Amino acid sequence: MELTNLTLKETLEGLREKKFSCFELTKTYLERIKKFDSKINSFITLREEEALAEAKKSGLELEKAEEKPLLGIPIALKDNWVTENIRTTAGSKVLDNYLPQYNATAFARLKKAGAILLGKLNLDAWGHGSSGEHSDYGNTLNPWDFSRVPGGSSSGPGAAVAADFCLVGTGTDTGGSIRQPAANCNVVGLKPTYGRVSRHGIIAMGSSFDAIGHLTKTVWDNAKVLEITAGFDPLDATSSKEKVPQYTELLDAKVQGIKIGIPKEYFTNDVEENVKKLCWQALKIMEKLGCQLKEISLPRTKYAYPIYAVLQTSEVSSNLARYDGIRYGFAREKFADEAKRRIMIGTHSLSAGYAEKYYHQALKGRTLLIQDFQKAYQEVDAVACPVWPFPPFKFEERSIDPLQMYLSDVFTVTANLTGNPALAVPVGFAPEQLPVGMQLIGPNFQESLLFRLGFAYEQETQWYKIKPKL
Amino acid sequence: MIKELTPGQVKHIAQLAKLNFSEKELKKFQEQLAKIFDYIDLIGEIEIEKVPETFHPTGSKNVFREDIVDDSTVLAQEKVLENAPETYKGYFKTKAIFQ
Repeated sequence: MELTNLTLKETLEGLREKKFSCFELTKTYLERIKKFDSKINSFITLREEEALAEAKKSGLELEKAEEKPLLGIPIALKDNWVTENIRTTAGSKVLDNYLPQYNATAFARLKKAGAILLGKLNLDAWGHGSSGEHSDYGNTLNPWDFSRVPGGSSSGPGAAVAADFCLVGTGTDTGGSIRQPAANCNVVGLKPTYGRVSRHGIIAMGSSFDAIGHLTKTVWDNAKVLEITAGFDPLDATSSKEKVPQYTELLDAKVQGIKIGIPKEYFTNDVEENVKKLCWQALKIMEKLGCQLKEISLPRTKYAYPIYAVLQTSEVSSNLARYDGIRYGFAREKFADEAKRRIMIGTHSLSAGYAEKYYHQALKGRTLLIQDFQKAYQEVDAVACPVWPFPPFKFEERSIDPLQMYLSDVFTVTANLTGNPALAVPVGFAPEQLPVGMQLIGPNFQESLLFRLGFAYEQETQWYKIKPKL
Repeated sequence: MIKELTPGQVKHIAQLAKLNFSEKELKKFQEQLAKIFDYIDLIGEIEIEKVPETFHPTGSKNVFREDIVDDSTVLAQEKVLENAPETYKGYFKTKAIFQ
């Protein structure tokens, strides 16, 4: 039994039954990272000695396991989660030397729960990217095929969880950035409802879109982490006071009678054959388990991406205005092309003479999309669709034309526009063993419904048991 | 292809965004931005009469708190200045903006 093959659930059981120690667990994960990550490049910062010391200390605290549900569990954070005294770069040379003076709330909660931080993970700089090709610290490779992209912007977390470098890879999802690497890497990724998890200490990309989530090997693992990170934070005025359920306890409920909407606009001829086939197979299994499938229509789907492009870049241009090298970090010359491009698109969309045509128009379009989904939820409980229109592509295949790259996000941005939660689950492999994922989108604060559906499907198929050969 | 987005306009956007570009870079961004906005112009088709704007996706509005300081959430001045390349007697040092 390879220790690093275990899921979070199995690891917690193993620690409780004293099959292995906290120290042995962290040590084994670190050894694996040192053996394989030079190929994959998922970590920007590794904190070997500190993690081992903390793991050793955790071993002495096992009687406190009740209060610390993640005691001894090795995790890693996307490098746009701010960590006190631990270098945080956002994947950009602008913050190459940045040492934050505080912790992101979501990390503080995981830390309080006993998790061991192994290090900070690579990402498309500032969250700007869907492939993992826009980091100032080099590409992260897809562990399933080193010539292909892992997906982004949580490229490091996707690859690290898939490669068994950690039990949890935290992330952010502004337009698909957790779900896309999850789908490309055969792991589970959750974009929570906007406001479900505090954004305090998360380097902001699009403040009305950023959702703070995580990638894990299985659905139970994912539910467990959300129990800890979710909940109101007085330091984030946009965080929700909605009660946080014990998500893992709601997993075993039956899925009989749950209505899943299949939007026809997301299953057109533009979607690659294998992606469609695998998603359909998954939906048929869910039908066998008792779900009702219903075709629905979301007619304004083609406007979702351009609306998102205007609003996200507008918010980016505002959020990245703070980087002036005066209080921390380096000057704006250090921004790479993608950041500059998005700042420019946003600045133009907001500028005098254009704001009405772009920014204000998009704000109204967003309202209509939210209404479209609300109407859909009157007929169905959840919506299912592919994460990507195609399987993992090769490096440089889409990066040369920025618009081509942006259009890979067409299926993921709607959940960010509406604020709805969305769970990406593995649904199998396209030829050449390329992972494909499907997403389940639900009404706000219905993460438990999505977990339930994902869990039921996962029990039947167990794709997570297949591992990449590194 | 939209006729707009002249080099002059791109220079203006760069100035608003406090970004510096070479002539070559300006041309590259001009081409890319023109293409992207050509696609974005699609949103002009949407019927938005009487539709309100959405600022917060889950409808939250005017969230207030009591005007009470929680010291545990406040950073000490020295801490705040720690990452600054230049400070002066407890201040951040910046470029002059007045002559």
